[in-house]
Amino acid sequence: MSLTKLTVSALAIAAVSATTASARDQVQVAGSSTVLPYASIVAEAFGENFDFPTPVVESGGSSAGLRRFCEGVGENTIDIANASRAIREKEVAACAENGVTDIVEVRIGYDGIVFASRIEGPAYNAFSPSDLFNALGAKVLVDGQLVDNPHTKWSDFNADLPDADIIGFIPGTNHGTREVFEEKVIAAGCEATGAFQAMMDAGMSEDDAEDACLATRSDGLSVDIAGDYTETLAQLSANPNGIGVFGLAFYENNQDTLKVATMDGVMPSTASISTGEYPVSRPLYFYIKEAHIGVIPGLKEFASFFVADELAGPDGPLAEYGLVSDPALAETQATVAGAGS
Amino acid sequence: MSDATANSTPATPSASSLFKQDDRVKRRNAAEKRFKAYGLTAIGVGVTMLIILVSSVLSQGLSSFRQTFVTLPITVTQAEFEAAEASMLKTGKYKKLIQRGLEQRLATAELGDVVSIKDAMGLLSGQAPADLRMAALANQTWPLRQEFRFLANGRVDGYFKGRVTMEIAERDSRISPEQLELSQQLADAGIMETRFNRGFLTRTDGSPTRPEAAGLGVAFLGSLYMMMVVLALALPIGVATSIYLEELAPKNRWTDLIEVNISNLAAVPSIVFGILGLAIFINFAGLPQSAPLVGGLVLTLMTLPTIIIATRASLKSVPPSIRDAALGLGASKMQTVFHHVLPLAAPGILTGTIIGLAQALGETAPLLLIGMVALVQNYPSAPPAGLEDPATALPVQVYIWTTRSDPAFVERASGAIIVLLAFLLIMNIAAILLRRRFERRW
Repeated sequence: MSLTKLTVSALAIAAVSATTASARDQVQVAGSSTVLPYASIVAEAFGENFDFPTPVVESGGSSAGLRRFCEGVGENTIDIANASRAIREKEVAACAENGVTDIVEVRIGYDGIVFASRIEGPAYNAFSPSDLFNALGAKVLVDGQLVDNPHTKWSDFNADLPDADIIGFIPGTNHGTREVFEEKVIAAGCEATGAFQAMMDAGMSEDDAEDACLATRSDGLSVDIAGDYTETLAQLSANPNGIGVFGLAFYENNQDTLKVATMDGVMPSTASISTGEYPVSRPLYFYIKEAHIGVIPGLKEFASFFVADELAGPDGPLAEYGLVSDPALAETQATVAGAGS
Repeated sequence: MSDATANSTPATPSASSLFKQDDRVKRRNAAEKRFKAYGLTAIGVGVTMLIILVSSVLSQGLSSFRQTFVTLPITVTQAEFEAAEASMLKTGKYKKLIQRGLEQRLATAELGDVVSIKDAMGLLSGQAPADLRMAALANQTWPLRQEFRFLANGRVDGYFKGRVTMEIAERDSRISPEQLELSQQLADAGIMETRFNRGFLTRTDGSPTRPEAAGLGVAFLGSLYMMMVVLALALPIGVATSIYLEELAPKNRWTDLIEVNISNLAAVPSIVFGILGLAIFINFAGLPQSAPLVGGLVLTLMTLPTIIIATRASLKSVPPSIRDAALGLGASKMQTVFHHVLPLAAPGILTGTIIGLAQALGETAPLLLIGMVALVQNYPSAPPAGLEDPATALPVQVYIWTTRSDPAFVERASGAIIVLLAFLLIMNIAAILLRRRFERRW
């Protein structure tokens, strides 16, 4: 019976290929969608310049990437996790539980977080953390009283801002960007407006007050975006009054539709971020599984190539795309060079 | 006389006449008209949506089949080739060689002083040095002297396609109006031209900075390999299951339970199969990540219920008289099934399989979890070994391109949708033709 033969042979093929899983010969990378473009650019250049195959680069977010990274050691686990935040204690512990003990942290540079709106929308040209906290915080200070956020227009609390409806598109909690946004913008605004002090005075402990500061309003004027920046961009197209949170690189690629606001009077640019003048920035990392160095061909070469001056330096293609290069790149290069030995 | 007869018929027909509509008939006719109108509206809404979808995809995506190229004279001596290959950033050296060719061409066209040479190089894609290196590596006789056709930068390409305007270039730090002016002059001089873009179908995906070099090559192969796996596994397993359940199995509580579960499985969201695939095929069985083999296995699970349900329906539609006749002439049960029932049911089985495959071809969600949503720049090798090499798939490529920041990827994504729709159309037409051609009616 040809049909039964076919069935049997198909099953046999599947079984054979399952057992003869050949050694993987390309590096596998996964993680932060912010680091993804940089990792892709490096992977492409790596494939063009070396005899190793081009690494496979996946997205998925910092947390998901690190979780997969910590699944264990072996060819069917990833070699490098990209992250737009530093690895957490909990994650290191989870890694160790699965036998991933030697992790090399590599900082590739910094990323600016910018606030941008539609080019034809209201004139949101200058913000301070206080403005954004007043617009998006759950509880704000109005006339010395801590109340549920009553503001519906930007001009309600700052006469210099346009008389336009508040609607903010902020990164969801699955993004590493959210952490920076909370810490550098919302928490800073909470303290600057005095809401933090008011919460403490109302008898909250410091931790509780901090958490209360970070809560964003839930009446639909602050929208969490779980997807990528393209989703934020699409939301802005539908809401011309909206203000969105983007990475500097994304903004630079979409200057035809977006305009950017200053923060405390500083224009975001690679220059103002590298000097620290522009306050909302964060380091970007990738993590290497040391146990895979020497097992997966090209892993160490890829990591060294990533942080080489030709790529991550101030004149390299990564800086051109929007990465703020790390002044301490030489140290990072030394760390990578010493890894796995 | 005829007049008299005509006059003799009553002026008003009786109540039971077929010619006069009473109220009830009128109401019934009106209801029927309304019913027709509802149906027409429903079809109208569907067709309008389809037209909007297809026209928006076509208007945004057709331009991805054309691409702007720059033709430059390139000379590479053996010494230059060896020097370039010895350095770390090899493409940097090849870029210098391209720059030489560009300078030469600009000088002959008397356009050398429109913009700085660095800005003029900015008109070329970042892919150009890599393409030159590939050509140099394949080259046998030195020096290499040839007219090369390089990809133009995505922004320049956008200018010729009307996406990028002078106004936008004014605001854009990645391109300047002067560069666009030079592009226009180069196009007038015939050095830059927009022509059919074969690379869109054959090249691998590009990095986010090179929308112009992004192609569907790897996605094609990945989808093809997965469909091969699905066909090789789902068809025999599905048909064997159906034959057993339909022809051989006793009707009892167990077979009922299996039947309910199969129908249930058909409605399970596809992402669930992805989670299952990650847990079983990758974490437990140790199969590699991002491999079409795993993708195919996951999609097999997803397609099986569709094939089983279609196969059972077509087995059922074979009249019992055929079976009775075969059994009556002394054929065994297996001979009856394989010699008579299955050939008659084959068109239905094929149709079901093709529709199941088409469904699997368009699936992205389960592939997210098994690592196939990735930048893959090496073509998988020939099967069976290639089944374990990393690859992407057509719908995955659409998803990846829509998340990229450069607006040029919108065009690419729509182009990929066109290709995907074309494939689905071909498969569905094949299903209809097969049914028309081989179907038997009783």
